[in-house]
Amino acid sequence: MNLTLLILLPLLTAVAILLMRNATQVKWTALIGSAAQFVFAFVLLFAFRNARAGGNEAQMLFELKYDWFPAWHIAFHLGVDGISVAMILLTSFVVIAGVLVSWNVTKMTKEFFFLLILLSMGAYGFFISLDLFILFFFLEIAVIPKYLLIGVWGSGKKEYAANKLALMLMGGSALVLVGMLGIYFGGTERTFDLMTLSQLHIPVAVQKICFPLLFVGFGVFTALFPFHTWVPDGHSSAPTAGSMFLAGISMKLGGYGCLRVATYIMPDGAKEYANIIIVLSTIAILYGAFATMMQKDLKYINAYSSVSHCGFVLLGIGMLTKTAMTGAVMQMVSHGLMTALFFAVIGMIYERTHTRQVNEMGGLLKVMPFITTVLFIVGLCSLGLPGLSGFVAEMTIFMGSWQNPDPFHRIATIAACMSIVVTAVYILRAIGKTAMGPLKAEFNNLDDAKWNEKLAAIILIGGIVAIGIAPFWLNDLVSPATEIIMKKLAAVHVGM
Amino acid sequence: MLNDFLILMKSELVIAFIIFLLLFIKVGTEMTNDRLLSLVQILLLANFIYSFFFIAEGDLFGGLFTTNTLMTFQKSILSLAVYLISLLFSDWLKKSEHMLEFFMLMLSAVLGMFFMISSGSLLMFFLALELSTIPVAAMANFDLEKKIASEASMKMILSSAFSSGILLFGISMIYGITGSINFAEIPALLDGSPLQILAFVFLFTAFAFKLSIVPFHLWTADVYEGAPVAVTSFLSVVSKGSIAFILLTTLYKTFAPMHEIWYNMVILLSIVTMIVGNLFALRQQNIKRFLAFSSIAQVGFILVGLSSNSIEGSSSVVYFVLIYVFSNLAAFGVAGAISQQTGKERIDDFKGLYQTNPFISWILALALFSLAGIPPTAGFFGKLFLITAGASKGNYLFITIAALNLIVSLYYYLRVIRSVFMDKNEQPIEIIYLNPSAKLGMIICGAGIVLVGLLSWVYDYITTLIM
Repeated sequence: MNLTLLILLPLLTAVAILLMRNATQVKWTALIGSAAQFVFAFVLLFAFRNARAGGNEAQMLFELKYDWFPAWHIAFHLGVDGISVAMILLTSFVVIAGVLVSWNVTKMTKEFFFLLILLSMGAYGFFISLDLFILFFFLEIAVIPKYLLIGVWGSGKKEYAANKLALMLMGGSALVLVGMLGIYFGGTERTFDLMTLSQLHIPVAVQKICFPLLFVGFGVFTALFPFHTWVPDGHSSAPTAGSMFLAGISMKLGGYGCLRVATYIMPDGAKEYANIIIVLSTIAILYGAFATMMQKDLKYINAYSSVSHCGFVLLGIGMLTKTAMTGAVMQMVSHGLMTALFFAVIGMIYERTHTRQVNEMGGLLKVMPFITTVLFIVGLCSLGLPGLSGFVAEMTIFMGSWQNPDPFHRIATIAACMSIVVTAVYILRAIGKTAMGPLKAEFNNLDDAKWNEKLAAIILIGGIVAIGIAPFWLNDLVSPATEIIMKKLAAVHVGM
Repeated sequence: MLNDFLILMKSELVIAFIIFLLLFIKVGTEMTNDRLLSLVQILLLANFIYSFFFIAEGDLFGGLFTTNTLMTFQKSILSLAVYLISLLFSDWLKKSEHMLEFFMLMLSAVLGMFFMISSGSLLMFFLALELSTIPVAAMANFDLEKKIASEASMKMILSSAFSSGILLFGISMIYGITGSINFAEIPALLDGSPLQILAFVFLFTAFAFKLSIVPFHLWTADVYEGAPVAVTSFLSVVSKGSIAFILLTTLYKTFAPMHEIWYNMVILLSIVTMIVGNLFALRQQNIKRFLAFSSIAQVGFILVGLSSNSIEGSSSVVYFVLIYVFSNLAAFGVAGAISQQTGKERIDDFKGLYQTNPFISWILALALFSLAGIPPTAGFFGKLFLITAGASKGNYLFITIAALNLIVSLYYYLRVIRSVFMDKNEQPIEIIYLNPSAKLGMIICGAGIVLVGLLSWVYDYITTLIM
């Protein structure tokens, strides 16, 4: 299993796209490329499970290490554990679905798919890198594609949204950069290698400065309150595939970074600031949920609900128990699939009705049964119906949170639980108004989903249902990795 | 002795040889500009390639002239930049009546810079600095019919004269205190007395003028705007690069004993330069003025790396200048091609450029992303290494300010990108004809922007030169 393939595949696809002559060729190249990624992700999953079943207990599997800028102790160090594999799977699902729903893009098709595939390369690279510098490189590599995707192919206040997104994410990266350099120079050894760093004990004073920098820096990506403001604007202005990538993959980079870099390397810092994280993420959960209630635009509804759902990820990390952390990773995967599907459905509806306003729709179930059914499924997943992935992930987080016996954690957990009620209100209202009721005359002749849209929806629903019905495989994949993080945390006895 | 002379001064001799050759061609033949330009381009390319051969270390003239592998590499970078300028602005050069004079002036300035990099004493340094400045003032006035160019030239010569005066004052003070003008002898004689600090401040001020470090930057924008684009790019890339190199040697070698003192000064100037450069760049409408202020901000970043006084510091500065050559020349090349053919220099005029000119739009985008420090472009690595070197002293507040300045700079670079890629325009700039050599120049710049970062051996090579 050579992990560089995960970077090379998208790169080659992107280059191949540039060489294609017309839009049809471009689309098929992108589809074949993303299908190859999809297959590769599954191959990786099975290889990983086989290796684990074969008794390979190494923390990271399929490690690779090439020297890159040895003067700065930077190495191109790749490797995967259960968390990474889960995130790679998620990415490949979203990428193939994103390519499929973008089948009708006519404006600058070649550039569109080129940037889309480039974005996926950044995400894969991020999830497999075991060197802080490489991680940062891949984190930032996605800035250009995101900016251009929103600015060129977006709608509404696209320039404003693109600018806001690029600058806020760049601000997050700047904090990550400073925190990273703090670890590099403040630690006992000058290295960017995550595995080496995790063995070192970074001085507590350094952790106290660098942990918030890194956590907030990554937190900006995953809509940490109060740095979530780019989410609604960015998501709602982006083209459908752009929103799917942003919410499905890009926001997960932040959660992964918070977990893998900030919490894992700096357990003292994590304990020190855990309560603040819990407070902020609870605010994000509740604020996001209530803000969604006020939205009339389907994309804004999903964008604000993403703020709320991503709050659960940070809440799970902040709770500092193994179950909650596993739940956080599951929530990342679940929310990634769900929100990508939600944006895909919104895109399909918008393409037909040319409106995203809930009030202007109604009775769509009669003309497009497939699309509305998918909307039902994704809505139910969002509000946490058992049998779908959202329930599993949120339930795991709540269970993990409840393991903390003190009133502070209990109150936070209860407050976060309450948001589910609010979610149910806005989801059911939005779906009800869209799908039920009298059908407007101008919508009489709308057609249902085409093959590409059906395929995209089925792939994503497949992921959601697979987690919902059989959560143990994801749990088994992730929990050994979170256990290692917990061991590192348990070795620390400050605060608490 | 003659052998030493030939080998140690080989870079300078080649440049001098080319200057004389051009002089004879000017007097003797009636070749057309087209063919002449090709000849000059070949000569400059040969000069660049030749700079990697017969590398030697040693002194000449009792220490007045000194060279080593690092200095030779720095000269190679400048040679590369000059070659790229001859490619990128070939359209403008061909139409110029005085093309050969332009090259003679430019190469004279380059000769001065080479001597400056290799100078072993303050006297030699001063002579070389003058040689590198005065021809540039003449070049700035190359668009003879334009009033604004004369103004630029005048401002340039006045500010240069002023800074030379200050430099001489500083040199005389140093000679007065230490009794030596030899770079190798000065460090042992420094003890950080107030008079020495004053002398150092005067010396540094002269550098600050040339590098347009805030508050000595006021001439920059006007000169950049008035001068022809080719000259502006020469000023902002070659001229600044050479001064950055010599500043590196001066600070790290000659004034190494006073590190405690200049460290704070450099940090302060770096912060001010980044902030002022960035804030002024935000509001510029003219692309040349815009690039002028952005290059001021870039110098602020060079100072971040310079402040570290370590091997990492000098390697990251040299590396950054190399990247800066590619990125800034690409941006100026595109701006020059557009202004040459359409006369348009406003950023708003670039709206919808991508619809008509996808190739130069992508080159411009690459260049601007590299200047902004976004991966996978080389600028990312350059900026990151400068910042990492700057962080080695543990001054995190300073590093945070630098990192925040990256965001501000991203904002205004994105403004241009937005004009090019996103904004609609009823009448976008017509299709720009690029002659083959300009296209080649842009492709080299683009390849440099992508590859210099990703291929880590470039940086390793620079590090081995310094060790």
